[in-house]
Amino acid sequence: MQRFINDPDLVVEDTVRGFVKAHRDLVKLGENPKVVAYVEAPIRGKVGVITGGGSGHEPAFVGYVGRNMLDAVAVGEIFSSPTAKSFHDAMKIADGGRGVVCLYGNYAGDNMNVKMAVKLAAKDGVEVLTVVANDDVCSAPLDQREKRRGVAGEILMWKCGAAKAALGASLQEVQATAQKAIDNCRSIGVGLGPCTLPAVGHPNFNIEAGKMEVGIGHHGEPGTHVEPLKTAAEVARDMVKAVLDDHNLPSGAEVAVLISGLGATPTNELYILNDTVDDEVHARGLKVARAYIGNFFTSLEMVGATLTIMALDEELKQLLAVEVACPAPL
Amino acid sequence: MQAFSNAGSGDIVLAIARRIVENRSYLSDIDGLIGDGDHGVNMAKGFSLAAERLRGEPRPLAASLAALGDVLMTEIGGSMGPLYGVMFSGFAEALDGVEEIDAAAFERMLRHGLEEVQSIGAAKVGDKTLIDAFAPALEAFSAATAKGESFAAALDALIAAAEKGRDSTIDLVAKIGRAARLGERSRGVLDPGATSCAIILRSLAEGAKAKLAGAQ
Repeated sequence: MQRFINDPDLVVEDTVRGFVKAHRDLVKLGENPKVVAYVEAPIRGKVGVITGGGSGHEPAFVGYVGRNMLDAVAVGEIFSSPTAKSFHDAMKIADGGRGVVCLYGNYAGDNMNVKMAVKLAAKDGVEVLTVVANDDVCSAPLDQREKRRGVAGEILMWKCGAAKAALGASLQEVQATAQKAIDNCRSIGVGLGPCTLPAVGHPNFNIEAGKMEVGIGHHGEPGTHVEPLKTAAEVARDMVKAVLDDHNLPSGAEVAVLISGLGATPTNELYILNDTVDDEVHARGLKVARAYIGNFFTSLEMVGATLTIMALDEELKQLLAVEVACPAPL
Repeated sequence: MQAFSNAGSGDIVLAIARRIVENRSYLSDIDGLIGDGDHGVNMAKGFSLAAERLRGEPRPLAASLAALGDVLMTEIGGSMGPLYGVMFSGFAEALDGVEEIDAAAFERMLRHGLEEVQSIGAAKVGDKTLIDAFAPALEAFSAATAKGESFAAALDALIAAAEKGRDSTIDLVAKIGRAARLGERSRGVLDPGATSCAIILRSLAEGAKAKLAGAQ
């Protein structure tokens, strides 16, 4: 394992410390060292917006804490849900008196820990509403959308939910907007190479040389199928097809496109993918209003990329345009 | 009466923690086949943290179980943190105020722990989870005591059923949790949660047996 680590059991602690040192102007550590918050949090009179998730996805989740963005993030071990206590502490630090929305991804651990944290927050008198992201089209059929995993669409959900809260919306309004944002997102991942949890020391799955895994999850959850690696253009066409076939958007609709590397794919290859993605989206009569290309939601050093397409209405378009200051690119 | 004292039995929890830490790599390896490969790492982290806090003065079994449950719930996260957290907290609640732990109290403890796990998780027997080891173990224990077998014999039945349940997960397809996304590809390997649960139940039952033998 060729990695920059000190103690494999302390990679999360070391990561968070280094992150906070890098972004002192924007973020602070909570009393709980597994909670990262916006320096100004809690903002009186604003609905608090939080998330939480496993580490190893940087710049997600912590990188999206900031002005007009998330108020706090609960940090978990690598690929493992934060504790109920950390979610609860994030809720407390984000609460400016109008309640808190917790916008998180659909994973068994997160579901349990958030559920417990919401109960703990209720005991403090803090009302917490939740939205669960389930944008990954390959993780379950459309009629079982509640079983789908949350992936990079979460970033657009955070952006829209946080912007709505920053504009002064009520708790219910922020929840409804975040729900609409994620309902409008569809994502797919393609993996070309596995990743290694530092504390485990060997890759947690295999992808043979010359093959790709279509529909792979953010933690290496197996995709729908493995097939020979094709050209970037062919892969991009397959990804657009999988995502848009699930979406059923009317011609003329405006969309946001987000392509995220999974950790070890060069950024230029993401642009190569986007070259075809953009053509394909336009060929279907849709218009790309915004494109985000980069490493937004990674999976350690996995080789691969995810594509997210979000259908936009006027409200979502305006919310995506709200200016933010956060450590991650957006 | 076949019973052991709550007050002098907190060290059973230290023994459980030792067994989990010893199985750190094994649990991570089997998790690597159908999950992330971090089950052993996270379990060992939580159980050793709890053991550190418990070392020193002897405590009652109920208090030690409560401390373990608290550490798992507040420090571990993932899905196993809350699941095992509420299980041990549930065990502790059922034993709270019980001076002498007999077979009936032990059964109430197991049952309350299982109810707590099922209150936050949705798994049923056959879903390839820790429930596949836990539920039959409780059933075997109650059946043995109902037949009038000794507390110690019922504990043996519990261990055997937990391990049989664990082995049954090899032929199961995961229905819940991260391995569920593998569908048919999850068949053929042990479920890591059922495996750690069988380790916990064996070590708990062996600890109880040793206390019973010592009490005679």
